Order: sequence, then structure tokens, then C-alpha cells
Amino acid sequence: MITEQLFTLAWILVKILAILLPLVVVIAYTTFFERKVIGYMQVRIGPNRVGPRGFLQPWADVFKLLLKEIIVPSASNRFLFLLAPILALAPALAAWAVIPFDQQLVLANVNAGLLFLLAMTSLGVYGIVIAGWASNSKYAFLGALRSSAQIISYEIAMGIALIGVLMAAGSLNLTEIVMAQSGNLLSWYWLPLFPLFVVYWIAGVAETNRLPFDLAEGESEIVAGFHVEYAGGAFALFFLAEYANMILISVLTALLFFGGWLSPFQGIPVLEEAFAWVPGIAWLLLKSACFMFMYLWLRATFPRYRYDQVMRLGWKVFIPLTTFWIILVAVAVRLGVGPWF
Amino acid sequence: MTGQALIFYTFAAVAIFSALMVITVQNAVRAVLFLVLAFVATAGVWLLMEAEFLAIILVLVYVGAVMVLFLFVVMMLDFTGATQKGPLRYLRPSMLLGVGLALGVVFLLFTVIGPKQFTIMDYPSPAARGADYNDVAHLGMVMYTDYVLAFIAAGCLLLVAMVAAISLAYRGHRAKRQRPSDQVKVKASDRIRLVKMSPGSRG
Repeated sequence: MITEQLFTLAWILVKILAILLPLVVVIAYTTFFERKVIGYMQVRIGPNRVGPRGFLQPWADVFKLLLKEIIVPSASNRFLFLLAPILALAPALAAWAVIPFDQQLVLANVNAGLLFLLAMTSLGVYGIVIAGWASNSKYAFLGALRSSAQIISYEIAMGIALIGVLMAAGSLNLTEIVMAQSGNLLSWYWLPLFPLFVVYWIAGVAETNRLPFDLAEGESEIVAGFHVEYAGGAFALFFLAEYANMILISVLTALLFFGGWLSPFQGIPVLEEAFAWVPGIAWLLLKSACFMFMYLWLRATFPRYRYDQVMRLGWKVFIPLTTFWIILVAVAVRLGVGPWF
Repeated sequence: MTGQALIFYTFAAVAIFSALMVITVQNAVRAVLFLVLAFVATAGVWLLMEAEFLAIILVLVYVGAVMVLFLFVVMMLDFTGATQKGPLRYLRPSMLLGVGLALGVVFLLFTVIGPKQFTIMDYPSPAARGADYNDVAHLGMVMYTDYVLAFIAAGCLLLVAMVAAISLAYRGHRAKRQRPSDQVKVKASDRIRLVKMSPGSRG
């Protein structure tokens, strides 16, 4: 009995490692990819010195960060100062528990999976707020205040956009949401829920504090915002959390609006058989990679928003738009429009 | 079963400890953080009772949104002056009235919904449900059929509170406002006028 329970526990731990280790490697190479992409967009080459074509650059960065000293400001609240990066990273990693990579490939097939994800992504703000307060520094504090107001604002629009998805799918379970989209390319939810998809994606960018919404960092006016006092490994944890969240939002957008692991050639006579050998997880990763690229594209293209404009976009544009669209979705679900509802 | 009991007592102990810290700790920001911990521990207890929807909603709404606003406000206000004296600084003779009121409420609770009415014998613990039991769907069915009037009433109440809050904070149109649609329409020719001058025409 006990050995059986221990075995189950060990098996779950193995599964967790099987998700986390590739995730960390992907995060490391996302930073490399980001520097390369932005480099080429700005007609530069990007990092190309460490290893062949610069491929060992992320490891050089990782070891540099880990070997640096962690400096705790003397006027700071030491316990909370060191707790904050952990609070930022833990929910970013915990959210991956309910992500289905294929029809059977999921760590926890939770019925309220979508709610769990919303709850976890909303917890990430504590890391930022506590970091800003515990640092006992003006710039860090301003970053924390900006971040808390911004994340609260965009969480509402994000939640309402997700209501549209779960109304269309009739379930909160992520596996069932993806299976409800099966059919062909046009039966994925991006088409009937297009405004919700756009709002979800932009709110996702804002939630992860990425450009053009990175007011919590705002190098030009508040130096580096909430993590201005952090160095070494503690800073690396914030970095890790931010990129884990970015990848999470990309994967979620692919799952909720672009059919997850479903093949894009589904329902097309010849191509469907020709691509039947491709495993579902490959499609999911490919779709997510497109959204990851969009993150970098946005960063290289847009200037930072002004703070009042960020608030206006969240409250006065996104919330009315999503509310209006879920009323339309409700009517469409009632009437059973198209292949979607 | 022992594992379940262990988890329950851990979460319960954390919840009670952090609830006590909320009202005794000196620093307001720390009090809010302990309140967050109390919510999270309570969510854990609810999860153990197979109320996954309520547990996640507690984390999502209270921890993820309400407490962040609390933190926001508490951080903005400077409480350093008030935190020097300790938890007994608000002690006044008139507080006896409050103590009496609290005792009355406790007495009322004890007689109306006390152990006589709600014994463990009368309410045996429900049988554990399978992994495929959908708590969200069940709750939705009950809420939108049997209790729909109470649900709508609660919604109206929240709406009234929201309208009241906005009308309290709203101070009419400010003099300085920006129209984003006008800002978008601005062209370079509206803002700058290039004047051609020949170098010899001065004087």
C-alpha cells in the first residue's frame, strides 16, 4: 500500500521533471533566439562568439548569472526580498501541470483546468509586487505599483475572453477544449472567436510584462523597475519566470484558439494521410513557436505604451469588446451556428 | 487516510496561524501577506473536500485580484507611524460594547446553529467521489436552476456596489482630457510648419 503510493509519487515526480527540464532548455534557447531575431530585425548579427554560431551563448549567460553574487540591500526586508523571485517562478511553473501536449500526454487532466491556469497566472504578480516593496527602493516600488494595476486590469479582459472559449467548447477541461475544435482548419476557434483571440493574445503580452507593455520594467524612466535591486541567481529566477510565462501564454493561445495538437491538414483528403506520421506534440510546438516569434516581433517593432494609454486600452477597449462578443457567442451557441457551437 | 489527515492538519494549522498573524503583526503589508497565506491554506482545505471550483475561485478572485488591490493600497499609504505601538493601541473603554456584541453573536450562533443542530452524527462525511466527478458542472446546474433568484440578487447587489463606488470616485469631466481618436489623426503638417528662407534675405 505504502510502496504503491510511493511509486505513484515517484512516477509523478518523473513526469514533472520530463516537463520542467525541456522547459528550462527551451527558455535558455528562447533568450538566444530572441537576441538573434531582434538582431536580424535591426540589421545586426546578434551573439555569434560562444560556441559554433553562438549556440553556447545561453549557457554562458546562465553560468555567469549563477556565479554572480546575490546582493541583498541593507535597508531591504531580507526574507521577502529573497522570497519574491520564488513567488514569481513557482506559479509560472505550476501552471504547466494542466497543459495537455497530446490527447493522452498531460500531467494532471483537471476538469477545471482553465480556471487553474487563470488562478496560477494571476498569482505571478505577487513576486513582482513583493520584490518591489521588499527592495525598499523608489524605482522598484514604482515598478511594483505599475505592475499590480496593469495585471489586474488585463486579467479581467483575459478572463472574459476565456469565457467565450469555454462557452464554445462547453468545458473547462483543456483536453476537451482542444477536442471540441477538431474537424479542420476552419473549425478551430480563431475564426468564430477572432476578437477574443486578439484580446487574449494582447492581454497575454501585457500579463507577462513584455514590450510594448513592460511598464513594470521601463528602463528609460524607472531604470529596471521591480528587479532593479536584484543580481545574480535571484535575478535569474525573475528572468526564468518571465520566459516561462511567455511560453505558457504562447502554448495556451495555440491550445485554445488554434486546435492545440490537431494537425492543420485534418479534413483535407490527400494531405491528411501524407502528414499522419507527424506526432501531435510537434504541431503544438510549431504553433506555439509562431506565437513566441510574435512576442519577439512585437518587441522589435513597437515603442512602449504610455501608462494611461495602457489603462485605457484595457478598460475602455478590451472589456467592452469582449463582453459584447461573449453575448454574440451565447446567441450563436443557443442557435448552434456553423461547425463550432 | 493518514496522508489525507496529515495534509488537512497542515493546511488547517497554516490557516489558523496566518489568520492570527494577520491581526497581531505590526506591519500592514505583512498582515496583508499573511491574509494571502490564510486564503491559500483555506483553498487547500477546500480542495481536500473535493470543492475544486470553490478552491480555485478563492485563489483566482481573492488571492489573485482582491488581495493584490489590498497590497496596492496598503503599500501606497504610509503606515510607519501607526505601526510603532503594537496591537493594543486601539484599546478604548467603548470597546467593551464591541466585546459584548461579539459575545452576543457567539451565543446566538451557538444556540441557533450550534452543536445541537449540526452534530457530526447528523452530517456524516459524504462518500468520496471518483476522479471523473465534475464539480463545476454540478455547481452550475444547482446555481442556475434551484438558486437562480438568489444568484441574480447577488449579482444585482454587486452591480449596485460597483455603481456606487464609481459615482463616489467620479468627479465630473476634468478640464484636461485627451481624445485618442484625435491623437491618432494628427499629421506632421498639423504640428510643424517648415518655412523656406533664402540665406541672403536677412536684414
